[in-house]
Amino acid sequence: MNLSSASSSTINSSATPVLQLKAISKSYAQTLVLEEITLSLQRGEVLALTGENGAGKSTVSKIICGLTSASSGSLLLNGQIYTPSSRRDAETQGVRMVLQELGLIPTLTVAENLLMGHLPHHLGWLNKTALRERAIQQLNKMGLGQLNPDTLVSELGIGQQQMVEIARNLQDNLQVLILDEPTAMLTPRESTHLFQQIAELKAKGVAIIYVSHRLEELQKIADTVAVLRDGRLVDVRAMAGVQEKDLVQRMVGRAVDDLNQQVARPQGRVALQVEKISRAKAVKAVSFELHHGEILGIAGLVGSGRTELLRLLFGADKADSGQIQIQRKDQLLKITPNWSSPLAAIQAGLGLVTEDRKSQGLLLPQSIAHNISLGNTARIAVKGFVARLREKVLAAKWIKALAIRSFGAEQAVATLSGGNQQKVVFARWLEKDCDILLLDEPTRGVDVGARSDIYAQINQMAADGKAIVMVSSDLRELMAVSDRIGVMSMGRLVALFKRGEWTEQALLEAAFTQS
Amino acid sequence: MQANQPIASSPELDKHKTSFWQSPWATYLGLLVVLLGLIAFFSLKSEYFWSADTFITIANDIPGLAVMAVGMTFVLIIAGIDLSVGSVLALSAAVSAVAILQWHWSPLFAGLLALLVGLFCGTANGAISVVWKIPSFIVSLGLLEAIRGSAYLVTDSRTQYVGSAMGGLAQPLAGGISSAFIIAVIVVVIGHILLTRTIFGRYVIGIGTNEEAMRLAGIDPRPIRISVFAAMGLLAALAGLMQAARLEAADPNAGVGIELKVIAAVVIGGTSLMGGRGSVVATFFGVLIIAVLEAGLAQIGASEPSKRIITGVVIVVAVIIDTLRQRRLQSAH
Repeated sequence: MNLSSASSSTINSSATPVLQLKAISKSYAQTLVLEEITLSLQRGEVLALTGENGAGKSTVSKIICGLTSASSGSLLLNGQIYTPSSRRDAETQGVRMVLQELGLIPTLTVAENLLMGHLPHHLGWLNKTALRERAIQQLNKMGLGQLNPDTLVSELGIGQQQMVEIARNLQDNLQVLILDEPTAMLTPRESTHLFQQIAELKAKGVAIIYVSHRLEELQKIADTVAVLRDGRLVDVRAMAGVQEKDLVQRMVGRAVDDLNQQVARPQGRVALQVEKISRAKAVKAVSFELHHGEILGIAGLVGSGRTELLRLLFGADKADSGQIQIQRKDQLLKITPNWSSPLAAIQAGLGLVTEDRKSQGLLLPQSIAHNISLGNTARIAVKGFVARLREKVLAAKWIKALAIRSFGAEQAVATLSGGNQQKVVFARWLEKDCDILLLDEPTRGVDVGARSDIYAQINQMAADGKAIVMVSSDLRELMAVSDRIGVMSMGRLVALFKRGEWTEQALLEAAFTQS
Repeated sequence: MQANQPIASSPELDKHKTSFWQSPWATYLGLLVVLLGLIAFFSLKSEYFWSADTFITIANDIPGLAVMAVGMTFVLIIAGIDLSVGSVLALSAAVSAVAILQWHWSPLFAGLLALLVGLFCGTANGAISVVWKIPSFIVSLGLLEAIRGSAYLVTDSRTQYVGSAMGGLAQPLAGGISSAFIIAVIVVVIGHILLTRTIFGRYVIGIGTNEEAMRLAGIDPRPIRISVFAAMGLLAALAGLMQAARLEAADPNAGVGIELKVIAAVVIGGTSLMGGRGSVVATFFGVLIIAVLEAGLAQIGASEPSKRIITGVVIVVAVIIDTLRQRRLQSAH
């Protein structure tokens, strides 16, 4: 162990911590998402909060900054009980959070944005001189003295916007600042600048919680690192001397699931061949082969280009370059995937189950029957008219086959549970009899019971000879279902593992690849 | 294992049986009550209102409004809007009048030409907003001016008196009802069947509900959007012919401001301006409510200002009631 860091932490702990979390738990409905988190933070300490997607990092941050409340446990601020009722309440007590989504109004100036909510005025008339002065003060705190406060926010780059957003949070009473993936959109130079500012804040005694899964930058700035896994705090230690590998192991932590015991499926011919497909910065020269009867899992962090890849294959977005070959019945289709609409992809036998079924997959106010027949209208049309009986029979068939829990084909899909909604989307594509199914987070927002139904369905589809690409943030799920797993990082397919070759740790390490 | 899994409770299943109150019949009933209420009110207030003459006048007044409202229902369901209908009405009437008077065309061909002009205007409207992805509000606002200008140009800014050349449309049939009214009813029926029974209607509602989901399901929304606007133009032209036949003249100022009345009728019928929801039959009730309100207020001797104030209040109240009803249906989910 590192002696020096251990001794420095004993010195620190003599003072009252600025923020303490005591056995904080949080559950949504019946799902426990955080379990008894206990943490403390000293003045001037930078705490890195890390973990896999969905480990509970955002929930912890949201509880601290008042966006949501804990189900049990208590928070202490400077030793006093602290129960922020809202984000604003937390802010008046000096606890602030910079969210991933920027909260700036692009059509207003930097100064106006900085002082939004307390603009200086006389009887409602904006006091421009005072506005400018105060804005400059605020900018100086963040080392942004060179920035003209009269610039429109929309004219700034994303990096500068991020800095302005942080500057806005540097009020005099600031005690705790939470930064959520602050470098996600920054260039390396901007990141370096941000790290300098963090060091200055730290010197002024501000405690900082830095949420990130970019391990190498944590090493540059954090004093302490806390690792979350499945809603539990699995490790808190001094950052100095910690190896990246150790952290990854902490994030994974568990033995390989027994879900993983599965016989290899026989695989058919090549169904889809993707050659160097690219789109701007999102997807960079991705190539792979997919066979009939195969499930190819795609792992990667949020924002690594997984969804974008599926959308490119499906023609929902245009590719800049690259080629796709599809074996359809006896034809070999060569396609440059700048097909402007998904129509061509669908005709070539592809189907896409979108990540967000509510905004991209379903007509929520409409019935199960309508939603299944959507895109399958040839099956229910007689000279342009809807044959209602056929439509009902069709819906009834799938309600039975996929065990969609509903009172009948006429029920609006908005009133179904997440899992049953997902089954409706599946039914649409299965009815279409497509050869290649692209599944984007197919079990997101699906309860545990319905999940196993969905896994069974995916297995069945593969057994029926369909080729499946499945994106998921849940590694255990991918390892249980896939024949191969590809890992994406920063738009590239950085690794491809066969069943038996992968370990959770290897997958995670690949996902954290920086290039 | 299975036995330990908590079985999801099913009260939600019982809650969502489609009740009468969620069916379209509830909407129709509500509108019918309002309509009958207005008729009863005016019949009590004015001894002349409750008469065959009143209803025949109303029936002959509304065909133009009704056919445009049918088109507008489709436009609003796809979350679009067409402000140019009044101008299209004037231009197509003007073109037919000029064809008859100056080019000595037969009224039949002049009428067909007018319909083509309307179809063209509507298609232009839809195509411009689809191709350049501009809100139809803006496109149709521009066309409202441009097409009105064309109507002045065609008529040399003078009312064209066509006499009884187009009388066929306005001629009273049995019981004093004009053929225009019959046509309007047919358009309503066709519109209703198109919306509720055909694949096209499905697509229209789907696009208004979630265009991206439609696109990803392999349905190209663009041609559907354009056809909805094209049909709107065609129906505005038909309304123009009906009006010209009735007044025996094509006035380049005809239909100024009528787009608001058309939209009001559709909205009173409960069609959502946000798209995805609407009914042609309910729209027809909206048309009747507006027509009865206007006729009734005129009969009880309301002044022009108070007529407008009352009509305005009715529109807003109708929408508030519909919004509250929708919200309750949704919260029941």
